[in-house]
Amino acid sequence: MSSVNANSYDIAGALDKEGLKARDYAEICRRLKRHPNRVELGMFGVMWSEHCCYRNSKSLLNLFPTTGPRILVGPGENAGVVDLDQGQRLVFKIESHNHPSAIEPFQGAATGVGGILRDIFTMGARPIALLNALRFGPLEDKKNVSLLEGVVKGIAHYGNCVGVPTVGGEVSFDSSYSGNPLVNAMALGLMETKDIVCSGASGIDFPVLYVGSTTGRDGMGGASFASSELTKASLDNRPAVQVGDPFLEKGLIEACLEVFKSGHVVAAQDMGAAGLTCSCSEMAANGSVGIELNLDLVPARETGMSAYEFLLSESQERMLFVVKPGSEEFVMDKFIRWGLNAVVVGRVLEEKVVRVIHKNEIVANIPANALANDTPIEEHELIKGVPDEINMCWLWKENKLPQPEVTRIKSASSQKIYLWSDVLLKLLDNPTISSKRWIYNQYDHQVQLNTVVSPGCGDAAVVRIRPQEFDNQLKEFNRGIAAVVDCPNRWVSLDPQRGSIAAVAEAARNISCVGAEPIAITNNLNFQSPETPLGYWKMYESCKGISKACEAFKTPVTGGNVSLYNETRMSDGSMQPIHPTPVIGMVGIVENLSQICRSGWHQAGDSIWMLGVPLELTDSLDNRISLSATAYLETIHGLVTGRPPKPDLELEYYLQTFLRKSIRDGFINSAHDISDGGLAVALAECSINSNLGVQIDIPLSNSRIDRLLFAEGGSRVLVSVPANKNIIWRSYIENYPYLNNMPLPASPIGYVSSDSQFCLIQGEVSLLNLSVNTLRDSFEQAIPRRLAVEK
Amino acid sequence: MSIGVVVFPGSNCDRDIAWAVNGCLGMKTRYLWHETRDLSGLEAIVIPGGFSYGDYLRCGAIARFAPVLESLVDFVAEGRKVLGICNGFQVLTELGILPGALTRNKNLNFICDEVDLEVSTSRKDWFPKSFSGDNIKLPIAHGEGRYQCSKETLDNLLDNDLIALRYLKNPNGSLSNIAGITNCSGNVFGLMPHPERACDGQLGGLDGQEILKSLIS
Repeated sequence: MSSVNANSYDIAGALDKEGLKARDYAEICRRLKRHPNRVELGMFGVMWSEHCCYRNSKSLLNLFPTTGPRILVGPGENAGVVDLDQGQRLVFKIESHNHPSAIEPFQGAATGVGGILRDIFTMGARPIALLNALRFGPLEDKKNVSLLEGVVKGIAHYGNCVGVPTVGGEVSFDSSYSGNPLVNAMALGLMETKDIVCSGASGIDFPVLYVGSTTGRDGMGGASFASSELTKASLDNRPAVQVGDPFLEKGLIEACLEVFKSGHVVAAQDMGAAGLTCSCSEMAANGSVGIELNLDLVPARETGMSAYEFLLSESQERMLFVVKPGSEEFVMDKFIRWGLNAVVVGRVLEEKVVRVIHKNEIVANIPANALANDTPIEEHELIKGVPDEINMCWLWKENKLPQPEVTRIKSASSQKIYLWSDVLLKLLDNPTISSKRWIYNQYDHQVQLNTVVSPGCGDAAVVRIRPQEFDNQLKEFNRGIAAVVDCPNRWVSLDPQRGSIAAVAEAARNISCVGAEPIAITNNLNFQSPETPLGYWKMYESCKGISKACEAFKTPVTGGNVSLYNETRMSDGSMQPIHPTPVIGMVGIVENLSQICRSGWHQAGDSIWMLGVPLELTDSLDNRISLSATAYLETIHGLVTGRPPKPDLELEYYLQTFLRKSIRDGFINSAHDISDGGLAVALAECSINSNLGVQIDIPLSNSRIDRLLFAEGGSRVLVSVPANKNIIWRSYIENYPYLNNMPLPASPIGYVSSDSQFCLIQGEVSLLNLSVNTLRDSFEQAIPRRLAVEK
Repeated sequence: MSIGVVVFPGSNCDRDIAWAVNGCLGMKTRYLWHETRDLSGLEAIVIPGGFSYGDYLRCGAIARFAPVLESLVDFVAEGRKVLGICNGFQVLTELGILPGALTRNKNLNFICDEVDLEVSTSRKDWFPKSFSGDNIKLPIAHGEGRYQCSKETLDNLLDNDLIALRYLKNPNGSLSNIAGITNCSGNVFGLMPHPERACDGQLGGLDGQEILKSLIS
């Protein structure tokens, strides 16, 4: 048992199956100083995939700011950790499960949730909240309906059963996601152990422990599968999709947290993508040691499994530990009590290799660094300047639209005449804008009893920070965290850099709207293949945008996930890429839960103010506000074009700081940001949420009326201020420090009315006059009516 | 004396019960691991929500064989109070301590929402301060909460005033809008809504407090 088993095999065929290139094979031989056997080639195949080693994106990820006073653990570990003060630490991360969900939506989405939860509790944190960002093709297509239904059911199945509340998310629809939906799941946890549990193994000859579920043939080669584009034949790849068991995961959470608290566990790593291969190599490489793994000791779900199958299986709910010698029995007992497996399967080696034994033979012996950390990096050439495809869109200007009349406009595409009320109702009926109640009502968002702001009630979720283990004394817990996921993909598709800046800005605005202070982000970069110049350019521009914005908001990136090759081969052979979708998952801190805001109006008589670039300034010269790239342009005029509004990071930061301060100082009864659909839609959402009407007076202006009502951009937020505080609020604003010699942009635009009537006038002209019930019908029924389900 | 909270593998509202009963209402609690048979020193027992043993086969179908529940049968016979919430209600029907069964929601989806309910019993065991016809608001979170039973059983429930709670707007297709029922002696109460989720002012309503407070008579 000294040399590695080396059976011959068809190299070209094997490389193709593992998604490796001929030059990868040469590189593998150089690293090993010999030819790899078939098992080893399989291990390289998964570990050198984009999913595991970021071979296409690593150089771009290096652009991100990753440090800051609150950052305890940045990118590289299972999840990021931030300091919340008072001894509390928050662990969070986002991860995609796009490809599995495309071909098996229920299990694909369910195991996406399971995987991200394991990343959290592997660090020693109890998961306290889940969010998700989803993208589908239009619901007019039955195939997309069944994907939506399957994904939502899968998330509900796993999250509800495991007992972690799903507190927020975002969903949007675009034809580019037909055939390649996106399922990104974010999890947050509160550290329960004194020390953060890391993945680097240490202690020569220390035992390596396998815990959790058994290993079967499910999810074989999932990481490689996730790193290639989807085709019709992908459906045959269903064995690459894992099957999850949230019941086992619930036990795994409890048992892991119990043993971590004992201090016996030296290192821990969950088995996600690339299963045993990945966990062994990362633990060895991160700890600068080696690991010997005996597959004959691994609990198997079925008989006759080969070494290749053991090593590449992505069976769920499994983890690998290094524990202190002598503690094995103690640790194993805890898992067995929860009905889980726990066995010693190997030991830590001084020699920095991953050595795998199967049937008394060494079937793999690879330097750990070759599998993790020191993996190949692809160099891509960057296009100089703006690609033609994008430049063409930027030439579009809003004067190309038909001129609006006082009360209506003709659609640029269908020539149909729309009254402003028709436009508003059609926007509210757009599934991207509409209520997501059909979705979030299937998620348990209350379990654990800490959800303060539930889905649909505020711009971000707010969860109270309360340790689950408490003594028998009544205690006040008055702090919380806010969390949100955001990505304006239409904007990103038309200007990846501006769109990505806007994604971070909007996330921070949403966090600020509930009164929380943004502290850090995790991101999920969903892109097409980076192997085309345009694909790589979009990714580069987007990462640059995220970096700029994260610097501006002082919200470092603590990690995340990259999902590439999100494109579908059409029947004519062409590739349809998704909108580039860099999802930002942001967390914020709430110091006092009695000073938070929700989005619906609070009380009739409150005055309504708009913060941000004022309506009066809305002339076509100010490129911070625009009809380009808006939901209005797409929904009414059938156009997805133009350059998205220019983000003004300085103004945005200034306004958000002011907003948070005024919430803390008790001036604000509600706050809601203006995004998709512009001012009119944002006002309508506040009314629908509260069943209170509005009386709004739009200032007279030379600007197009559709621009006043439906333009996007401008860092805008709607706030309502109690009537009796209106006067001091005015002087509060006037006395607030100026930005670049300009006073804070805030203007009163109307008040909350008690009659449930939604009225907007400009001078003597009534622009909109609708009952809140009419608005609600459009907003609430948009998704159910497309799924043809009951209310 | 304290309140026992049963913990099955897969229970996920056990800590929530402890927070509501102990953290919010100041009564002592003790966790009961599913393998224990020792119920001494307990004033009442709560079977919490969740997915006991994964709820494979059928909700509550495996849990009914747990050692802790063998002792529970005697506990009930002694007239002491048992409250089954959500999965706990399903377990009580599987055990036969409460009649009927809970099946998949009519729309086949899991539903998490807040619902309006009517106290429909005039018995005081679990609603000492409410009157029949009073309205309360409680959260629900279940996939299988559609109460079903035979005509005979329903008549028995009606004749003996055993229907404790009814939905004002039926969310799941339950027979006769039933959200919760008691046994004949009134010491066992099973309901799909979650009273423990309505005990903490920071999170919302407080309509669950009356039910949990009545665990101690």
